[in-house]
Amino acid sequence: MEPIIIEGTPKTPTVRFDAAEGIFEIKGRSIPENSVEFYKPIVDWLDGYKETPLNKTVVNIRLEYFNTSSSKCILDVFKKLEAIHKAKNEVEVNWYYEEDDEDMLEAGEDYESIIRVPFKMIEIVE
Amino acid sequence: MGFNIESYLPDQLKNNIILFYKGNVDSDVINHILDTVEDKMIQVNDQSRLRKKVYNVLVESLQNLYHHVDKVPDDFEDQTSEKFGMLIVQKVDRGYKIITGNFVKADNVERLEEKIKKINRSSHEEIKELYKFILNHQRISAKGGGGLGLVDIARKTGNKLEYTFKEYNDKYSFFYLDILVNEDN
Repeated sequence: MEPIIIEGTPKTPTVRFDAAEGIFEIKGRSIPENSVEFYKPIVDWLDGYKETPLNKTVVNIRLEYFNTSSSKCILDVFKKLEAIHKAKNEVEVNWYYEEDDEDMLEAGEDYESIIRVPFKMIEIVE
Repeated sequence: MGFNIESYLPDQLKNNIILFYKGNVDSDVINHILDTVEDKMIQVNDQSRLRKKVYNVLVESLQNLYHHVDKVPDDFEDQTSEKFGMLIVQKVDRGYKIITGNFVKADNVERLEEKIKKINRSSHEEIKELYKFILNHQRISAKGGGGLGLVDIARKTGNKLEYTFKEYNDKYSFFYLDILVNEDN
């Protein structure tokens, strides 16, 4: 399966989902006006990966900002990962936040409480 | 027409304005405003915690305008803006005020006001729960909004949403939303 690689812009994150390594990363800012358009290819790609996932998938989310419309799309991404986890594959989410950014930590905790996948909250200390 | 959207702004809003915009709110305008305000906050060395909150609130308020404004009344001075909105960013003691303004059809006033009142009645914990509930249960609307913008603003600022509706005519009101983002929360 081809990886999905999207270069970041000031309003959209860098996305690298590598099916061969089982390492998925979303990094940067996610504040587009039309987040559904941005996230649709990623959610579709995950539908493909879900068919033959690796035994272990590691997901690194390292966002500086995200808007509320992205928050729903990110939930959709997590729901796909939850389905992979439910099918007895290991999935681990690393949620990064900067040390003074309690809002980003809380956002991670929101997802952790909704999605049945193990989360690790990782503080980035500069 | 005697209606001037600026004349309703309170006097204390005339000082320390770092940005004033009125006109069409499209994607390029949003980018430009975000860059300008972010640069100014970096110049004056605001704490990164405050800077992030202001930036987040700005994104949500501008995108609220982008997704939700009603068309302007037929006799309003600016007929060229498809999504007409107003934005003021003001430096205040230990933070910033972000004031937005937009037209709301008379039929939509009550629903919007109810939504704000519900948020303002809620404790911080209740707002967190409301946010999670909407996140998990509500789909993105045809207009592209997620219904989370105001809840997110209230949650991140920890302050009540101040607002006013000024009647423009029997079909339209002008809605001012006045958001305080400060270091105390």
